[in-house]
Order: sequence, then structure tokens, then C-alpha cells
Amino acid sequence: MLQYIRHYHVFLILSVLCAAIFVALTLYNPILIGNAVDQIIGKGKVDYAAVSLILVKMAVLTVIAGAAEWLMNICNNKISYNVIRDMRRDAFERLQILPFPYIDSHPHGEIVSRVIADVDQLSEGLLMGFTQLFTGVLTIVGTLLFMFSINPAITILVVVLTPVSLMAAAFIASRTYSMFQKQSKIRGEQTALIEEMLGNQKIVKAFAYEKESQKRFDEINDRLTDCSLKATFFSSLTNPTTRFVNALVYAAVGIFGAVSAIRGRISVGRLVSFLSYANQYTKPFNEISGVITELQNSLACADRILELIRETPEVPEKEDAAVLTEPDGSVCIDHVSFSYNPQQQLMEDVNLNVSRGQRVAIVGPTGCGKSTLINLLMRFYDVRDGAIRVSGYDVRDLTRKSLRCAYGMVLQETWLKSGTIRENIIMGKPQATEEEIIEAAKASHAHSFIRRLPEGYDTVISEDGGNLSQGQKQLLCITRVMLCLPPMLILDEATSSIDTRTEQKVQNAFAVMMKGRTSFIVAHRLSTIQEADVILVMKNGQIIEQGNHESLMQKNGFYTRLYNSQFVN
Amino acid sequence: MRKLLTYLKDYRKESILAPLFKMLEASFELFIPLVVASIIDKGIGGSDKAYIYRMGLVMILLGVIGLACSVTAQYFSAKAAVGFTAKVKSELYRHIQSLSYTELDQLGTSALITRMTSDMNQVQTGINLTLRLLLRSPFVVFGAMIMAFTVNAKAAFVFVVIIPLLCVVVFGIMLFNIPMYRKVQGRLDRVLELTRENLTGARVLRAFNKQNDEIGRYRESTEELNKVQMLAGRVSGLMNPVTYVIINGGIIALIWSGAIQVDQGSISQGQLTALVNYMSQILVELIKMANLIISITKAVACGNRIQAVFDLKSSMEYGTLRNPHTDQTSPILTFQNVGFRYPGASEELLSDLSFTVNDGEMVGIIGGTGAGKTALVDLVARFYDATRGEIRLMGHDIRDYEEKSLRQMIGIVPQNVMLFQGTIEDNLRWRKKDAASEEIDRALEISQAKEFVQRRPKGLQTWIRQGGKNFSGGQKQRLTIARAIVGNPKILILDDSASALDFATDAKLRMALRGMKPAPTVFLVSQRASSVRYANKIIVLDDGAVAGIGTHNELLKSCPVYQEIYYSQFPKGGGDHR
Repeated sequence: MLQYIRHYHVFLILSVLCAAIFVALTLYNPILIGNAVDQIIGKGKVDYAAVSLILVKMAVLTVIAGAAEWLMNICNNKISYNVIRDMRRDAFERLQILPFPYIDSHPHGEIVSRVIADVDQLSEGLLMGFTQLFTGVLTIVGTLLFMFSINPAITILVVVLTPVSLMAAAFIASRTYSMFQKQSKIRGEQTALIEEMLGNQKIVKAFAYEKESQKRFDEINDRLTDCSLKATFFSSLTNPTTRFVNALVYAAVGIFGAVSAIRGRISVGRLVSFLSYANQYTKPFNEISGVITELQNSLACADRILELIRETPEVPEKEDAAVLTEPDGSVCIDHVSFSYNPQQQLMEDVNLNVSRGQRVAIVGPTGCGKSTLINLLMRFYDVRDGAIRVSGYDVRDLTRKSLRCAYGMVLQETWLKSGTIRENIIMGKPQATEEEIIEAAKASHAHSFIRRLPEGYDTVISEDGGNLSQGQKQLLCITRVMLCLPPMLILDEATSSIDTRTEQKVQNAFAVMMKGRTSFIVAHRLSTIQEADVILVMKNGQIIEQGNHESLMQKNGFYTRLYNSQFVN
Repeated sequence: MRKLLTYLKDYRKESILAPLFKMLEASFELFIPLVVASIIDKGIGGSDKAYIYRMGLVMILLGVIGLACSVTAQYFSAKAAVGFTAKVKSELYRHIQSLSYTELDQLGTSALITRMTSDMNQVQTGINLTLRLLLRSPFVVFGAMIMAFTVNAKAAFVFVVIIPLLCVVVFGIMLFNIPMYRKVQGRLDRVLELTRENLTGARVLRAFNKQNDEIGRYRESTEELNKVQMLAGRVSGLMNPVTYVIINGGIIALIWSGAIQVDQGSISQGQLTALVNYMSQILVELIKMANLIISITKAVACGNRIQAVFDLKSSMEYGTLRNPHTDQTSPILTFQNVGFRYPGASEELLSDLSFTVNDGEMVGIIGGTGAGKTALVDLVARFYDATRGEIRLMGHDIRDYEEKSLRQMIGIVPQNVMLFQGTIEDNLRWRKKDAASEEIDRALEISQAKEFVQRRPKGLQTWIRQGGKNFSGGQKQRLTIARAIVGNPKILILDDSASALDFATDAKLRMALRGMKPAPTVFLVSQRASSVRYANKIIVLDDGAVAGIGTHNELLKSCPVYQEIYYSQFPKGGGDHR
């Protein structure tokens, strides 16, 4: 945390300095007012010279205090906004090099909330809280000093009475805490019901479930109203109560001070200063107690975001990592073992030799390890044992960039970035010409729907495709690969959301595209892979059968059963 | 917002009394400086200790009355705000229940949920604050000025200058910042979007080696966020220093003009301190008021959004027909030149559909993505009204039916597999709350769900987690089918409801559906030719129009679209497929 603030230490020092000046001057102000009042005693007893001197002093100090506060605010803004910017950037840069085991095992919503909400809370709580705490403590100490210098006896009275106000606030807070807990629990229940029912209102309507749904809602709503009223009312007592205690302190200071004034121990002006201190004195206390909870909260946030920033990145590339320039298209999987977690072995001793231009299809039931194989080929994950060799190189001896450049990948879960259609298509080939783009889109049968979009290729799509259908999104992902045409292809259920007629056409385009290219195809519609050179049948992480369609059918094994199950009636 | 406030009328007493008591409290506060002034003038000036004690007691008494008033006010305002919100929530929920699919599409799910949750909370806070503070703050500000005038009109003239000046500064800064904060939020949303995008798209981005481009994009957007934050911060950072300077300027002016008045003998020393005290009271209240106005603006915006939902009325009207007499021979459903387009769409999604369906028939509906299959069955269930043509159900216009009896007649298994929190049994009783256990058992059997339900240790009492996460896709699909069968619907619609089932279970399911007694009319939407090939009638849709109607064999001979679909799934000569 400190390393982020260190960049801005000049502003920090300036801020602390300004805060000190500001607090000292604002505290000095009541004394000046008191002094002025002391020079204005009654009819004919006004020392104009002294009063004007004091007022000029007041004016000058007021302007200085105002300037100091403004400068302090600017410094604080500079520190906090720059720190959160820097932290977000670091976190984001870390995200780019985090290994996939981390990204896959952490809910994305949680990581996003660290980078956004936690960082915001941090800047508000920790940085703003720090200055509040600082000025608060300074104010209290300063007030006490000033009060002591005027009249120790009355000061002691104030010091003795203030805890009453704090205690009253603490008492109310502890009593309302349980009510708030109950309220948030019932509110959570209500939100869950709302999300479930209104989120599926069409089903509710289809089943004529409206009355029942309303009944359930009203039941929770009544309970919520009941405890909400209590929580709102009791928590709203804090302000009147502390105000009341302050009024008592004020009255006590007034009586005690006035009596002392009669005895001549204190001037009227001093009493006026005193009363204004008594009025302000308790405010920082209430603020500080709030700030401390905020601070604790922020520290937890700081932990979460720093944990992300310091997370171990993926294994760095070897210094002499080779750049794969002209891949020959051969892939060799050599005695590979792999598991996502050490307790559960997934792949054991898998072997496969693929030569240039071969079409490899992978089939098998859900969870058999099809996607795992792709994770390993792309080096999203590293093998535990054995090696994967591309063009004779162990993939760990290659730069990640050149390895991934050699593959074109279309995944089942279509992902598009926010931006225009064009930006999405040219991801793999930013320098592509208009003709190339349209040609690729025609090959993937995406051109006709893109053309019909409001702005054609320049239509902006929101995050994750927005109003495009799943099938259209998939066509765009295919176009993306069609455009850059790398020497090796990975198609993971690339056409699963496209209707069978269009799929057929896209498959034909793929067939043209795959000529001379090594390709790996995962599909559950077996009709799409019959022409593959090698079909790998996987089950529980193992390759249990291997061969082409005819030879596998002849074997009459798992593949045959899988194939025939399509036609059962 | 205004119409919404009519719901406050049940709390008329509370909403009048709360601000009233708050004003009472404020007026007692306004007396304090006067009491202090008289302590100084009469108590200290006259060396009268008894007077000081008396006045001290008065101050404490004022405090006690103030406390009582404000506690009363807090209670009334809490009661009005909470009660009002509860009422509006319940009414809005009821209103949403009455909306048809068209309005639900128009509003969108996430908007509805926000209206019911965070918008409502915002309104509740807004009303609570308004009742408590809206009258109090101006009352204190102007009250202080009036009190100052009663002390001394000439000296009090300073107030007339200072108050408008403060208002300009406080409200000016606030008005500047409202759009600024909206801008900040917008830029922050962009940063959030990029962060999320990079997580969900990590594989693709790294496959295309886009990391550095993305870091560049992120740098840009965080820089943009930083810039507006700085600007907004610089302006709002002015608020405190400037108001401080203005108030102190006011006090300086007050002391100077007060000194002249005191010198002339028109006011006393104590009265001068009262004037200074009044000046200090103003600032706190003005800042409170500025914050209050921000919350009120927010609450009003939320209130207006809620009001907009109330203003949306269901576009669908229902008739009164319940159970018409029909002879078995007439068709159960006829479509006559039916066309349909979604509200706001420029082109028809379905056009010129004409067909008839007889009681107990199984109708397959097949076609590519976007061909209009779901829209067709949505019309059958009257989730939407046809934009032209006529749909007749058992000889009567479908619009003549009463809503509830129509829903009871039609069982639907939507494409989106959704189960609700609760036990399996709770979920199965959605259509018919008092269904006999035999009926539920039968539904499970038909939907091929019985076996896996029985395998669960708690059987029917198994708890279904939100969204049915503790069941596989295929199991959920079978349970949603069972849910639709309970209550013996006359028409059963399965919208691509067997996609997650393996081919064998799919076949068993269709067999069981056909064996149901009394046999419902079944609409079976599917992408699989194998699912619909044994239907009595297959409707082939292509781009919203009928490409062919007939049995499998007829269509295979005459309908090119059907041929294409079929052969894309069962390649010619691709082995023996029985």
C-alpha cells in the first residue's frame, strides 16, 4: 500500500501541512471572536482601533485557512485518484499474465469487484478516512489545548461530560445493530424472491402463478416493514440524543462560565469562545468512530486487491525461448499426464502423433477431457508430466506468443469484445483490408447478417455480443479465424449454436480452409466429423479408441454405440 | 413521482406531524442564542447568579422539549416512509403480475428487479429525509435571520447579503457536480466493462496475443476516469473553504456593524454574541440542505422510474369464456392467415400462417435458428397477440378466453429451463396447487424423471437450489416437463425441451407422451429431425413462413427445406438409420 502512496509523497506532506494549518487557524477563530466581543462592552465602551485590528487579523487568517483547506483537498484528490488509477492498472496488468488455473478457479464477478468496488472503497475509506482521522484528532487535541489555556476548570467539566454523548451513541448503535442485521436478512430474502420471480415472470404468467407469487411476496414484505420500521426509527435516535447531550454540555458550560465571569475569572469574550468550542468539540468524536469502521473495512479491501496484484504470474518464458516462425503443422503429444487438482488425476499417459494437414476429431461424453486437451495444446495450462511438441519444439521452449499465433481457435463459448464488428473480426490481423474482411465474412456466412445490421461492419456491439443471437456470435468468431488463417486450427464445438443447414455450409467452408492445415475438432454432432483423418474417442481423460470412422465402426466399441445412439427411436 | 405520492395518503397524519415536530425542535434551538445573550447581559452584567441558574434550567428544558419533539418526528417519519414504501412495493409487484409478455419484453428483467429493490430503497430514504429535514433546514436558516432581525434590524442586514451568497455557492457547486458524477459513473462503468471483458475473454485475447493492446485500452480508460474525477474533486473541494470564508466574512461584518450599534447603545454585548451565534447556525443547515436536495433528486429520479412501470398498462385484454362445449370432431386449434411482429420491429417475424390441429394430435415444429418456432408456440399460448389474422381455440377466438382458464388449458415447457427454489414437489405443484400425489407421480413417470427423483435420498422433498443448480441440464428439463403435465393440460407445448436429453431418453419421453390418457394435443418444437419425425403433422418453418406441412414421409418427398434439415443430420447413405 505504501509503495503506491510513495509516488505522491510530496502531496502527502503538503496535505498534512495544510491540514495542520487549517485546523490551527479554525480553532483560533473563536478566540479572535471572543477578543473582539471583549472590546465591545457597552454604550460608549467600544475600542474601535482594537476591534478593527482583530477583524483584519480574522480576515487574513480566514483567507489563509480557506486556502489551506482547498490545497489540502486538492492534494488528497490527487493522491487518492492517482493511487486508485495506479492500483487498477497494476491489477489489470497482472490479470494479463495470471495463469489460467487462477482465472478459471476464481469467480469473475469476485475479481471484478476487487478491481472496481474494493479499490473505490479503499480510496474513500483509507485515504479520505486518513485525512478525516488526522484533522479530527488534531481538532480535538487543539480544542482541548485552547480550552485549557483559557480556563482549566471549565475544560475539565467538558472533558467529563463528553463521554456521555459517545456512550449514548454507542448504546444506540449496539441496540440497532441486531435490528439492522435482521432487516438485511429479510431484505436479502425479499431480493432473492424478487430476482427469482420477476426474473422469470414469463414462466410465472405461463403457469398462472401470479396470485401465489404475490402472496409469498406480501408475506415477506409485511415482515420487512415491521423490522424496517424499528431499525429506521431506533437508528434515527442517534442524532437527537447526541444533540441533546451536547445541549446539556452547552448549558453546563454556560452556567459554570457565567458564574466564573461574575467572579471575574473569565471575560465575556472568553466565555463566548468557550461556548463555541463546547458546541464543536463533540463533532470530531462522532466522525472518528465512523472513520474507524471505514478504515477497518478499507484495510480488508486493501488486502484483497493487493493479494490480486501480488498473485503469482504464469511461469515466465525461458530466456532462450524459441520463436516458432514456420510451423510445419506437426503436433506430438508425448506421454502426457495432467490434472486440475493433485487429488484427482484426469489425464494419464496420453500419446498422439499428428502430422501436417491431418484432421483430428475428438469425441466423447461431457467431462471426458476434450476441453482439457485444447487447454494443453494452446498452453493455457502446462502438462504435469510428459511433453507436447509442435514442429519438434517442446511448447515450453517456445514463446507463448509465437505458439498461440500458430493456432486459430474457435470456442463453443463465443466471446466478443465491446467495440465494432470490424474490430472483432480483425483481432488476429489488424492490418486486414476491407476486401479481405468481407471475403472472410462471406466464407463464414456472416456477411449477409452483418450487412443487414444498422451500421454494417461498423455496428458497435456491447459487451458479449448484446443483441446478436448465439449463432450469429459464433459466425463472427469463425470469421475472426477465417481472416487470419493460421497454420493450425482448433474448433471446439465451433458450430454448436448454428442451425444444421447453415452449419453444413460453414462446414464446407471449413473443409476448404482446413486443406493443408492441421486441425483439431471437437463436436458432439457426430455427422460433422465423419470425414476426419483421426477420431479420438475420449472417456475419463483417456483416449480409449482411435482411428477413422470406418475402422471405429468396425470395432463395434464405444464409438459405435455413441454413433448409433443418435438414431434410436 | 406525483402519482406515486398518493400512496402517502394512508400516512397523511404522519407526514404532516413529522415535519411539524421537526420545526418545533428547530424553533427551540433558535431560542438558545437569546438565552445565552440574556445570561451575558442580565446574569453577568447584573452579577445575578440566581438568574444564571434559572436561565441554565431554561436551556436544559429547551433541550428536553427539543429531544421529545425530534423523537416524535423521527417516529412519524420512519413510519410514513417505511409504510409508504411497503405499500408501493406490494402494489408494484401486483402491477407487474398483470403485465403481458409485450410489456415484460419492453421493460426487461433487470430493470424490473432494480425498480423493486434499489430504486425502492432510494425512495424510502428520500421520503424519510424529506419529512425530517426539508422543512427544518430552511426554517433554521430563515428563522435565524428573522431572530437576528428581532435583535437588531440594522446589524441583521448582513444576513440578507450572506444567505443568498451562500445559497449561490452551495447550490452552484452542487448543480455543477450532479452531471459530473454521472460522467464519473459512466467512465467507471467503462473500466468495469474492460475488466470483466478481459476475464471472460482471457482465452481468446491470449490466443490472439492481444494483452498489450488491452493494457493500452485500459490505461486510456483509467486516465479518462482520473481526469473527470480530478475535475469533479477540484470543484467540490471548493465547497467547504469558500463557505467558510463567506461565513467568517459575515461574522466580521456583523461584529463591525454590531460594534457601532453597541457603541450607540442600541444593542448589548450579549445581543451581539447572539447575532454571531445565529450566523454560525446557518452554515451547518445550508450544507445539510444541499445534501438533502441531492438525495431528493435521486429519490425523485427513482420514483419517476417506478411511476413509469405503473403507467405501463397491459396491452392484452381477456374475455370471459371458460369451458366451451366442443364436439370432438372439430379442430382444437386453427390459424387463419396469422401474421406476427414484435412491437417496434419493422418486419414480420411470422407471416401468413394457416393450419389446423385436431384434438390429441402431436404436432412437430422444425426450422432453423430465427425461423420463428418459439414465436409460433407463443401465439398458441397467447403470450402475444397475432398482429393480423385469426387464431381459434376450440372454435372460439382465442382472445375470448378468460386468462386463468386459458392458462389451465395450456401446459408449457419453455426453452429456458428454470426451476425455482423449494422442494421438487413445490415446483411440480405450480400449475395445480392441490394436485393429488398420484397425479404428480404420473407426471414424473411420463417425463422420465421418476427414476432420478427416487434415487435422491429425500425423493420429492429434495430441495432445489436457486436456478436448479444441483440438477443436471437433462434432469432439469425433465422436471420442467413434469411440471407442465401436472393438471392435465389440453394442450402441451414443448419448446425445444429435450435438447439436453440423450437420444434414447428423448424417444422414451415421446412414447410416454403419446400414451397419455386423456391425450393432450402436443406441440413439439425441435431442431432435431429425429424428435419430430413421428409426429402426426410437421410444420416446417423457414424465415417466418410455412415451408411445408405434412408427415415426415410427405415432407421428405416434397419439401426441400425439410430435406435439407433432415439430410444435414442424417447424411444420405450415412449408415443404416432405421
